[in-house]
Amino acid sequence: MASEAKQRLVVVGNGMAPGRALERLFEAAPDAYEVTIFNAEPRVNYDRIMLSPVLSGEKSFEEIVIHGDGWYVKHGVTLYKGARVTVIDRAAHTVTAEFVATGNLGHTPLEPTVTVPYDKLIIGTGSNPIILPVPGHDLPGVLTYRDLDDVEAMLLAAQGGRGNAVVIGGGLLGLEAAAGLKEQGMDVTVLHLMPTLMERQLDPAAGHLLQRAIEARGIKVITRANTKAIVGQGKVEVVELDNGTRLPATLVVMAVGIRPNMQLAKEAGLTVNRGVVVDATMRTSDPDIFALGECAEADGQVFGLVAPLYEMANVAAAQLAGDGETHFRSSATATKLKVTGINLYSAGDFAEAKDREEIVLRDATRGQYRRLVLKDNRVIGAVMYGDTADGPWFFDLLKRSVDVGDMRERLIFGQSFAAGGIPLDPAAAVAALPDDAEICGCNGVCKGKITGAIAGLGLKSLDEVRAHTKASASCGSCTGLVEQLLKAQLGETYNPAAVQPMCGCTELGHDEVRRLIVAKALKSIPELMQELEWKTSCGCAKCRPALNYYLLCNWPGEYLDDSQSRFINERVHANIQKDGTFSVVPRMWGGQTSAKELRAIADIVERYDIPTVKVTGGQRIDMLGVKKQDLPKVWADLSAAGMVSGHAYAKGLRTVKTCVGTDWCRFGTQDSTGLGVKLEKFMWGSWTPAKVKMAVSGCPRNCAEATCKDIGVVCVESGYDIHFAGAAGLDIKGTELLGHVATEEEAIEAIAALAQLYREQGRYLERIYKWARRVGLETIRQQVMQDGERRRALYDRFVFSQKFAQNDPWAERAKGKDAHEFRPVANLALRAAE
Amino acid sequence: MNAMVMPWVEICTLGDIPARGCRVVQTERGQIAVFRTAEDEVFALDNRCPHKGGPLSEGIVHGRQVTCPLHNWVIGLADGEAQGADKGSVRRYPVRREGARVFLNIRSNGKEEGTS
Repeated sequence: MASEAKQRLVVVGNGMAPGRALERLFEAAPDAYEVTIFNAEPRVNYDRIMLSPVLSGEKSFEEIVIHGDGWYVKHGVTLYKGARVTVIDRAAHTVTAEFVATGNLGHTPLEPTVTVPYDKLIIGTGSNPIILPVPGHDLPGVLTYRDLDDVEAMLLAAQGGRGNAVVIGGGLLGLEAAAGLKEQGMDVTVLHLMPTLMERQLDPAAGHLLQRAIEARGIKVITRANTKAIVGQGKVEVVELDNGTRLPATLVVMAVGIRPNMQLAKEAGLTVNRGVVVDATMRTSDPDIFALGECAEADGQVFGLVAPLYEMANVAAAQLAGDGETHFRSSATATKLKVTGINLYSAGDFAEAKDREEIVLRDATRGQYRRLVLKDNRVIGAVMYGDTADGPWFFDLLKRSVDVGDMRERLIFGQSFAAGGIPLDPAAAVAALPDDAEICGCNGVCKGKITGAIAGLGLKSLDEVRAHTKASASCGSCTGLVEQLLKAQLGETYNPAAVQPMCGCTELGHDEVRRLIVAKALKSIPELMQELEWKTSCGCAKCRPALNYYLLCNWPGEYLDDSQSRFINERVHANIQKDGTFSVVPRMWGGQTSAKELRAIADIVERYDIPTVKVTGGQRIDMLGVKKQDLPKVWADLSAAGMVSGHAYAKGLRTVKTCVGTDWCRFGTQDSTGLGVKLEKFMWGSWTPAKVKMAVSGCPRNCAEATCKDIGVVCVESGYDIHFAGAAGLDIKGTELLGHVATEEEAIEAIAALAQLYREQGRYLERIYKWARRVGLETIRQQVMQDGERRRALYDRFVFSQKFAQNDPWAERAKGKDAHEFRPVANLALRAAE
Repeated sequence: MNAMVMPWVEICTLGDIPARGCRVVQTERGQIAVFRTAEDEVFALDNRCPHKGGPLSEGIVHGRQVTCPLHNWVIGLADGEAQGADKGSVRRYPVRREGARVFLNIRSNGKEEGTS
């Protein structure tokens, strides 16, 4: 085979199904074909199932890419991005494509079209969203929910958070779109034609529970809603229902269904019906042309869920690789809703009929609902809401058509109870599954394949299992099951952490927790621990300060700081010393002080018998050895002299060190002291993942040592060089250049944006240089310097959060706040003396 | 001080101690740290970490433990023992509650079972 000329395989469409077919083909027959792909979208193959998390902000596009550019190179695939195939010439065995989206390619093709010959052709044109033909459906602001362009358009419309979105269609996609838009801050209304939501996958009872959960997120739901018209002058303004209701709308998303995209196949003279008709080998009426995915009609059905589409891909790949035996057989599918915090699972057929029985379990207060539909003692349908962990088990019973007569009484309680006796722990429950039980519904991976790969290939981590078997690589909802399999097989050697858990109280890593704080709108520590299933009753000294910071950072003005979750230094706003006394460092803006301040400090040192006074490395004065009960009095006296806390104890902005710049220095190029003072006055009080030390030097001689700081500025004749990610502590590291700006205003905006990006992405106690090393310097430069909109948004968020941060903690405590911190609750020594 | 004079002393109300927090009681022999857990249990220990004498009262209280602010030793509130790999123990004092009122017994030598 290798010596013969390769056959030419052309693929029309670069969605998930053709992508999977090529993967399988390269495994089975790596050298058989020279492959060319035409993608009407200007990008690589990505996971459409995961568009909803992109819309809600839980994932980025990069995270849902299935095949990066490297994959195409590695397999010698020619990928035409942004090229739409317009003609299939079956007689000549060629396809012709037009370039449609040159804007995103970075270059303009020389020719407007390209024609490529094929030996075998795969049509994977997918489907088109159905547009309701109501008046106004073509107004700007009416979108569908199908690909990344739609998501980007929605995110654009949601920018700034205000505005009304109306989502037409209360099915899977519509609800995911609604939840995502709500996360983006819009007011969202879902219109659904039928009496209950997701009526194709859910029975009415579960539909109501779902509606309640959706409404609890602040999304309005109107059922039995028949859209009459979309109205607006030049853009959408109002959605009108046939009962006269008028809903204001700045954005309308139509998610009422999909229609196989078979235009191209039809024009080429292939047999089409509801979709492009294929036989069980995935061949169309032309044996050299295959069709698969949402555009294909197999066995009289068209499909929209990923499992059967991947099955089609497997069959087509096998056939192309010369295996004539593999045939397509449609089977029952299971559905999950990908809205974080709502658990829903449905599989099979659950319509009511005479010969069917049902078993129902309800627990309305806990929001639990389960319904099994049985026929001849076999499960034919299952709907679960709330706790859906048993979904795959019921689905397995359904697919294998198991006689459940023996365990009928306990069946509804799930796998652990149905077997009788004591409930199984999750690992034992997974271990009890038969080898052919399906674990990953999206990719059709059964237990035996996963355990086989773990043993045979020596896999050790979730990522490896995903890479080799695809299990849990799509929607990810079976991740827990796959981890249980790893645990069962590897025992204690299984380390679930490529992700390092925050601490012993959770399996979740810092980034995961931060993501979930946003996604689930968690706004207090107890709520977070409940929702994320913390293993301890109230955390530990590692996680509590981190959680307190994350919540404070994410919900400025809303979250109430939990002082019991702060380290002592931040709780009492002073630095604890080895003997239990404290040190006090007032702010000296930009390192400048005055006779008045110095006199006040001298008086305080004498008045409270403070043993040591020292100049710090950050150009301020440290009073060491202050007794705890004296702290409020010391602060009151400092306040009276106009001094505020220097936050020398804080995971927050510490000092801004400066040189004298153009004020005095004969080499100074800019007013470095002035900029330093401005920065410090603007940024003081902000909490950050770890301490932030800054400096501004007036010329490249760099007397303020700005190039070993977390953030530093070096002034030059033409403006300001902004530096970041330096260190001069445990590690020594020179800074990296963030960029150059011409004016002070630009410098302040860029620095605040940088600080905000760090505040939002840094892990607790992770200094800027470590954060930068982890996420990459280039992405930081891109977001802060190149992307003006992003910079402005970061800057605005920083400014907003500062509104709540700039209260001098010393003045507050001098006035009596947290007084209990500073005095004993009882003095028994005195009482004994009386 | 005559031990017979002060068996149980009322020191404060429960509300005086922050939940997941601590207050200090000054005695002739030094400070006693009185802890209140999230579940409103109250425990009393000498305010000195067995490691380097750090003030346990300033630590973060989690579950029935406190983490010393100086070097992160974790001390069990109920038994006064250092947790994990660290070795050491802190003297305990019995604490009693009557409704919201909190009583401390400083006569104890720490070997008695605390009632809480």
